[in-house]
Amino acid sequence: MASRGGGRGRGRGQLTFSMEAVGIGKGDALPPPTLQPSPLFPPLEFRPVPLPSGEEGEYVLALKQELRGAMRQLPYFIRPAVPKRDVERYSDKYQMSGPIDNAIDWNPDWRRLPRELKIRVRKLQKERTTILLPKRPPKTTEDKEETIQKLETLEKKEEEVTSEEDEEKEEEEEKEEEEEEEYDEEEHEEETDYIMSYFDNGEDFGGDSDDNMDEAIY
Amino acid sequence: MTQAEIKLCSLLLQEHFGEIVEKIGVHLIRTGSQPLRVIAHDTGTSLDQVKKALCVLIQHNLVIYQVHKRGVVEYEAQCSRVLRMLRYPRYIYTAKTLYSDTGELIVEELLLNGKMAMSAVVKKVADRLTETMEDGKTMDYAEVSNTFVRLADTHFVQRCPLVPATENSDPGPPPPAPTLVINEKDMYLVPKLSLIGKGKRRRSSDEDATGEPKAKRPKHTTDNKEMWPLAYSQSQHSRVNSEFQFTFQTQTSSEIVRTMLRMSEITTSSSAPFTQPLSSNEIFRSLPVGYNISKQVLDQYLTLLADDPLEFVGKSGDSGGGMYVINLHKALGSLATATLESVVQERFGSRCARIFRLVLQKKHLEQKQVEDFAMIPAKEAKDMLYKMLSENFISLQEIPKTPDHAPSRTFYLYTVNILSAARMLLHRCYKSVANLIERRQFETKENKRLLEKSQRVEAIIASMQATGAEEAQLQEIEEMITAPERQQLETLKRNVNKLDACEIQVDETIFLLESYIESTMKRQ
Repeated sequence: MASRGGGRGRGRGQLTFSMEAVGIGKGDALPPPTLQPSPLFPPLEFRPVPLPSGEEGEYVLALKQELRGAMRQLPYFIRPAVPKRDVERYSDKYQMSGPIDNAIDWNPDWRRLPRELKIRVRKLQKERTTILLPKRPPKTTEDKEETIQKLETLEKKEEEVTSEEDEEKEEEEEKEEEEEEEYDEEEHEEETDYIMSYFDNGEDFGGDSDDNMDEAIY
Repeated sequence: MTQAEIKLCSLLLQEHFGEIVEKIGVHLIRTGSQPLRVIAHDTGTSLDQVKKALCVLIQHNLVIYQVHKRGVVEYEAQCSRVLRMLRYPRYIYTAKTLYSDTGELIVEELLLNGKMAMSAVVKKVADRLTETMEDGKTMDYAEVSNTFVRLADTHFVQRCPLVPATENSDPGPPPPAPTLVINEKDMYLVPKLSLIGKGKRRRSSDEDATGEPKAKRPKHTTDNKEMWPLAYSQSQHSRVNSEFQFTFQTQTSSEIVRTMLRMSEITTSSSAPFTQPLSSNEIFRSLPVGYNISKQVLDQYLTLLADDPLEFVGKSGDSGGGMYVINLHKALGSLATATLESVVQERFGSRCARIFRLVLQKKHLEQKQVEDFAMIPAKEAKDMLYKMLSENFISLQEIPKTPDHAPSRTFYLYTVNILSAARMLLHRCYKSVANLIERRQFETKENKRLLEKSQRVEAIIASMQATGAEEAQLQEIEEMITAPERQQLETLKRNVNKLDACEIQVDETIFLLESYIESTMKRQ
């Protein structure tokens, strides 16, 4: 303690060890002091070794890129909901983006997952059975077929919502979020003044022929 | 988890699963085990999104759950599993080299989907193979099943833990989450699936036993197979394998060692320091068919290998014509050291590398001794030593002469601590992979408009070709992309490829260093 205090008082520039031990002799030019953080991209002294090329390298590279692309297409890739644009547009209500009711696109084995992770299990099961029944009258263009199929499944879900509503209200175990969700869903559905299947969002306007049109064109 | 690892995990999750999963995953990695509500509250995402994300993460074995008292389920992320995602292309390639295209596709399907039932995998792979084959030929399901069984036998795939069958009639409410148990012996059992059929049309004997609705699935709980770190350890053996090729001089000796490794693939766990002892008779019998060396020559090779100063192969006994083991720990140690040396050489020059190797060899050296042994002038030697010291490749060891540790009366010795240097290098590798991924994403984002345009043009060309268009029209559409734009696309593609190749290369170093660190930690 005494020596420490004494050292501080005497000769402030002195170090605790001798410079010779570290290897800096007297009168040697020291490197300039660093006054700023090291540069972000310091210049390289030596060029890096070239990457291994060859059949194996290229094949693994191709595999990597394919894997990346494939994973983006799988249902496991969850895309965030489309953010609301500045002006609320009329067609927003009828855009079919993403799985309906926040459900999952794929079917995990629910026996291996905790129960709380299920979102509307019964609904999913019913959806499965309805989608399986093919109910498509032959149409001229493929786009139309797809949108009509989507609209039909939507219609069925709408029917299920109203029928399930009564069932689920009778249950005891019901989570609050589900209730809120249902409530919103119903409101959302009721907001539409027009029957969903009659809506044509105008994308294929002027592109198809005028047969089988019981829908009004706006 | 270090910041660099968390950053890398976040980038990997975002690339493969999207932003929502990334947010939840990173939050779990940072904060450890948490229940559902807390996750939703802390990350500010809606409960549904959190549920979806957790389902995806659990499916891909990145998150595990546990039931605590009072029925609360807590979720925990496994950072090392997320980092493993970098290595998926390597696994697929290893499966391809060992089991040809069928194995490759099986492994790919399992990696893409996390876990799958065996029947589902077999069906998908067979359908995919049928598509690529010539018209009229179809892929037999039995062949794919056989490959699957072989993969399970060599521990490439592993079975998931099962829900235990409830023997008693449970009067109370079912548990909030199933507790999954797995019997060690059952891990590699393949269910007896007799799938009859080829190609598209299929009848499987155990599935449509009853005409029940699809809600009831009779046997699928036992079918699940999962791609787990086992594949990692499996590839590890094959990879350490291939590293050996370079260390051994002759092809025969490398072949012998490769045989020994292959034989001990199943019996040795991934982090064991030694393989199980193998007798020379066994090795002789398991040598690949093309190798015609006599037993005596094999014995000579084995004795030479055992006497080698590198000490990769050791003799552990004399029964059965000599029992030999491979010293995995030593092998990994020398591979890690070689990596460090090469990094020093590429970064600082060959004189620095000489000093580094010197200090490695002599363990502890004083400054003066370094200058003398390396035959490098004092000033330069000092400079190089301090450079390496500042980058933490070399460390200082103090040996005091007096109990008060006075600096003027202490020896300062330079030494290389391989474990800590390996850890430091690993950390840098994680950082560099994260940088590479970010740079790649940046490049892609910069040229997003151009990429989209070129994709649209390609789609138009494809559809027009399908409907039979003339050459002139196709030419016109191709010209929609101007020449400088084409060049820009070319540069972009080249850069992205280079960055991807860099990632793969750094991943190899990561693999090596991780294996070494794991093996050293297990020994201690």
